[in-house]
Amino acid sequence: MSALLEAKQIVKQFGGLRAVNDVSLTIEHGQVFGLIGPNGAGKTTFFNVITGLFPPTSGELLFDGRSIIGLKPHQIVDRGIARTFQNIRLFANMSALENVLVGQHVRLRFNPVEAVLKLPAFVHQEQRAAERALDLLSLVGLRGKADELARNLPYGDQRRLEIARALATDPKMLLLDEPTAGMNPQESRELTDFIRHLRHELDLTVLLIEHDMKVVMGVSDVVAVLDYGEKIAEGPPAAIQSNERVIEAYLGRGIEGLMLEDETPGAA
Amino acid sequence: MSPFELVVQQLINGLSLGAIYALIALGYTMVYGIIELINFAHGDVFMVGSFVALLIAGGLGVTGTVSGPMVAVVMFVILVGSMLATGLLGMLIERAAYRPLRHAPRLAPLITAIGVSFILQNVVQLRAGPSPVSFPDVMPNPVILAGNVIISAKQLMIIFVSIAMMAGLQWFVLKTRLGRAMRATAQDRQAASLMGININSTIALTFFIGSALAGAGGFVFGVYYNSVWFINGYIAGLKAFTAAVLGGIGNIAGAMIGGVLIGLLEALSAQYVSERYVDAIVFAILILVLVFRPSGLLGQHLPESAG
Amino acid sequence: MSEPAAVAKATMFPRFGSDLKSKALLGAVIVLAILYPILDSNASHVSSAADAGVFVLLALGLNIVVGYAGLLDLGYAAFFAIGSYAYGFLASPRFGIHLAFWLMLPIAGIIAAIFGIILGAPTLRLRGDYLAIVTLGFGEIVPVIFLNADKYTNGPNGINALDPPVVGSYNFGHNPLPYYFVVLFLIALIVIIIRRLRDSPLGRAWMAIREDEVAAAAMGIDTVKTKLFAFAIGASFSGIGGVVYSSKLGLVTPDNFRFSTSAFILSMVVLGGMGNIPGVILGAVILFELQSLILTQMTIWSHQLGAFTHIGFLDQLDFVNLKFLLYGLALVLMMLFRPEGLLPSARRRMELHATPEVAASESQELYDVSTEAQSA
Repeated sequence: MSALLEAKQIVKQFGGLRAVNDVSLTIEHGQVFGLIGPNGAGKTTFFNVITGLFPPTSGELLFDGRSIIGLKPHQIVDRGIARTFQNIRLFANMSALENVLVGQHVRLRFNPVEAVLKLPAFVHQEQRAAERALDLLSLVGLRGKADELARNLPYGDQRRLEIARALATDPKMLLLDEPTAGMNPQESRELTDFIRHLRHELDLTVLLIEHDMKVVMGVSDVVAVLDYGEKIAEGPPAAIQSNERVIEAYLGRGIEGLMLEDETPGAA
Repeated sequence: MSPFELVVQQLINGLSLGAIYALIALGYTMVYGIIELINFAHGDVFMVGSFVALLIAGGLGVTGTVSGPMVAVVMFVILVGSMLATGLLGMLIERAAYRPLRHAPRLAPLITAIGVSFILQNVVQLRAGPSPVSFPDVMPNPVILAGNVIISAKQLMIIFVSIAMMAGLQWFVLKTRLGRAMRATAQDRQAASLMGININSTIALTFFIGSALAGAGGFVFGVYYNSVWFINGYIAGLKAFTAAVLGGIGNIAGAMIGGVLIGLLEALSAQYVSERYVDAIVFAILILVLVFRPSGLLGQHLPESAG
Repeated sequence: MSEPAAVAKATMFPRFGSDLKSKALLGAVIVLAILYPILDSNASHVSSAADAGVFVLLALGLNIVVGYAGLLDLGYAAFFAIGSYAYGFLASPRFGIHLAFWLMLPIAGIIAAIFGIILGAPTLRLRGDYLAIVTLGFGEIVPVIFLNADKYTNGPNGINALDPPVVGSYNFGHNPLPYYFVVLFLIALIVIIIRRLRDSPLGRAWMAIREDEVAAAAMGIDTVKTKLFAFAIGASFSGIGGVVYSSKLGLVTPDNFRFSTSAFILSMVVLGGMGNIPGVILGAVILFELQSLILTQMTIWSHQLGAFTHIGFLDQLDFVNLKFLLYGLALVLMMLFRPEGLLPSARRRMELHATPEVAASESQELYDVSTEAQSA
């Protein structure tokens, strides 16, 4: 398998704070890669660097063999990376269908003349886009709510809509930022199956930040652990679970702790 | 006048003008620092201040120059009166037009601010007429001559009043409990409220002080130029805003420095470029600063782009 | 149409004019607008209506910038000035160039759009309030330049004897009637253009940026380019309005292009409903007629009443002086109490009223497993 994303010695510094400190990792095509760590460890910042929200202070970042440093967020989407957000950022006053349609923006050819003249090519493209959007909504089980304003959707639906929207960009790699936050165990299980399905059916590579250990360990091929901005461990889930440094990082700060066996919902 | 003396003269003129801009700019910067709103109506509050000063002068029966030590008393009364009136006006505007929109999208209070600006201008125009109104020449104006360069007592008065105001403000902001509350609220509103600071009162106080300073500027303006006009607030406000941005929006020292710089720029442009293009030059500075260095000379780094 | 496509079409938001009732309303409005000069043969009224139409064009253009893309442009009148002066330069005795009115319409639109891009390119990445001030500054600089570049613009006196439009052998002259119909036609054309853009990826991109710019960028939208589009298109409509306005007036001076005009147009958009085409048209007509007809009429009535009742101050009242007070109140009151405008769009109405099904599903939120939520 070839490497899809290569991060080499990424550092992100904000003033005096090193949010990400010399993190290197490689994600292979078709992998589900889990990123875990206590709150504040720098995981979302790492995501933000990958998706171009801000450039790294130093380090190299290659996606599909090409550097993506310095690219703007929309250019990175064009290269094939899509993401969801930790605190859902849907377009609240747009419908579910419209949210997914916006996701397709980067793959649609837009010609203002064609649009204004309503040429057949334009009309066809719009129809096909709407069909594809409905298909994506079906995929996440929201087809019946296509018309609902995103802000009126229940929380679980909103999370799934965000994923559908990200999928609409036709990505090679999907970044999920705590996708099961706030979900009950049943929903989390369904999402885990869904992620496996994405990898299998759509040949998608997935990088996911999660706090629910059942989810992460259940679906990831590889897990990396960040603590205070540094990578302290990387390997298959089983190895991570028994890694002393990792256990110390979680329990030492007494926050959520690792949840390996119990059924309580994923901690925030 | 030798070219050198001409420059010095313009510098002195610019300094006085700049002092007025600085007084107004302080209000902009304080309000922006605390609620991130460009108070579009602030320039018009300054204008109202000049008219209030006129009213008080009329009320005191002042129609011409006051002689002797009484002049200081009279001016003091007018100054304080103007400041109180504009301070209260600023608080009223905040309460009615901005506070209800504190959680609305950022453009909403900006739009109401424009509306308030129009209302103030029109109300004053209705009462005072569309033409400039003369302001009594309250203080005697002896001049000091240095070669051919003239420094007038009025200019000294402006500089003195401004420095006194600014020093007072610095003391207040740095040394008093309320001033600390203002700074805390500006830095992190949530944390400040968790510390027990009453956010609404603190913001109201900020508006009061900023508007009162504008009122002081209005008083000074009236005395210096002997004329007040309902349209003054708009242009002076924009230039003072430019000054605030130039110095670093949110930064009090920046507003003072920015004010002086804009005043100097204006005086020098009027002399050496063209009277007619002065306004355009100041606005061009505004655009250039916002595009290339939005944090201004002394400003903290503020996010340039949305989101 | 295949079944999924039909479903897709049906599930898009209802647009004004898509159901029978609003189609009928639209038809009635169009017929009335066309028949108006016959119903009201007062030439000065028709002239005023034509001017109102120009401002409808301007308001529609600003609506794209403010209402769709969410950018506060406080210097919009600058493009109005640019279009007007373009006509003054290229269709008058000033330089001996006499391009046809019909040619000037698109030319001015393009010139204005270019200036929109020049202004927008470095500034659109700024935050909303900074952008507002920058556009304000631009809006102040442009008329000052036109005022002072005497050699070209003849300073405060402006350029006069602008060529009236000509169709074949028919010269519009000073008759307001043909201008009125030209304006109506342009409004219709522009409304169609705007709607088609709105219902395209570009329109959705504008909405997405307005909703959440960071998320929009994260979904692949080039926010700067998208905003620039809105800016340029809005500017072009303003330029086109300038051509119509100055050709009708026969004259172009620096007077009408200051911030007060920009704010006037903004009030129209705010009053009518930002982002809402019929609303903006209504807002424009109301505010324009307010200051051109209604306030003057009220002044006349007040004077008559004063003369009749011998109440002195009524005789002195001049309502026209209250113009800016009314605009200011409109802005403040609308923002405080009815930010969605006089005619809220279908979308905003939905925002404010959750439908019954949604309410039901919300109550079952966390523990109900919907049967659709299977990863097939």
